[in-house]
Amino acid sequence: MSGPSSMRTPLARVRNLGASHSGTGDFWRQRLTAVAMVLLIVPVITVVIMLIGRNQAGAKLILGSLPIAIILLLFIIASAWHMKIGMQVVIEDYVHSEKLKIASVMANNFFCFVVALASIYAILKLSSGV
Amino acid sequence: MALSIVHRATGVALYFGTLLLAWWLIAAASGPTAYANVQAFTGSVIGKLIVFGYTWALMHHLCSGIRHFVWDLGYGFKANEREALTWGALVAGIALTVLVWIIAYAVGGGR
Repeated sequence: MSGPSSMRTPLARVRNLGASHSGTGDFWRQRLTAVAMVLLIVPVITVVIMLIGRNQAGAKLILGSLPIAIILLLFIIASAWHMKIGMQVVIEDYVHSEKLKIASVMANNFFCFVVALASIYAILKLSSGV
Repeated sequence: MALSIVHRATGVALYFGTLLLAWWLIAAASGPTAYANVQAFTGSVIGKLIVFGYTWALMHHLCSGIRHFVWDLGYGFKANEREALTWGALVAGIALTVLVWIIAYAVGGGR
C-alpha cells in the first residue's frame, strides 16, 4: 500500500488512525466555544439575576426580549457544543470497550442535542409569545 | 497540586446541570404552574444547595479554563507559575461564586 512509488505523504497515511479517529478540529472548537462563553458569561449571569424572584409572567417578559433571547441562544449553542466535546474526551479516556465507547459517544451526542434543542425551542416559544 | 481532575469533574457536573437549566426554560415557556414548580424546587434547601454548587462548578470551570488558555498560549509552565495559576483559579472560583450570590440576594432578594 505504501511502497516507494506511493503518491501519499506519510502524514496522509496515518491520518484518522489515532484513538479518536479525527484530527485537531475538536481541540479548536473546544477553545472557540470556551472563548465564546467567557465573553457571554457576564450577560448570562446578569439575565439570571434579573429573573430571581419573578413569576412566570415576569420571566416571560424578560426572556422574550430580543437581545436577551439572542444572548441565551448563543450561550446554549456554545455550551452544548463545548460539553459534547468535553464529555467525549472523558469517555475516550475512561471507556475502553469499543462497543461501550461507541454507545456512550452516541448517548452523549443525543443528550447534548436534546438539551440544546429543547432549550432553544423554549426560548423561541417565549420570544414569539405563543 | 493536581487540580485538572477538578476541572474535569466540574465539567461533568455542569453537563448534567444543564438539565436543570433546560427544565427552567421549558417551564417558563410552558406556563405559570410549571414555572412555579421550578421555583418551589430552586427555593427549597436542596434546590438552593444544588444551584449554589452549580454556580461554584461554573465559576471554577471558568477560572480553571482561563488557566488552560494561559498554558495553550505557551506561558506559565514553570513550577511556581503552575502553582500560582492553580491556586489563583481555585480562590477566584470561590470568590466569584460568593460575589454572584451576594449580588443575586442584593438585587433579587427583595422581590
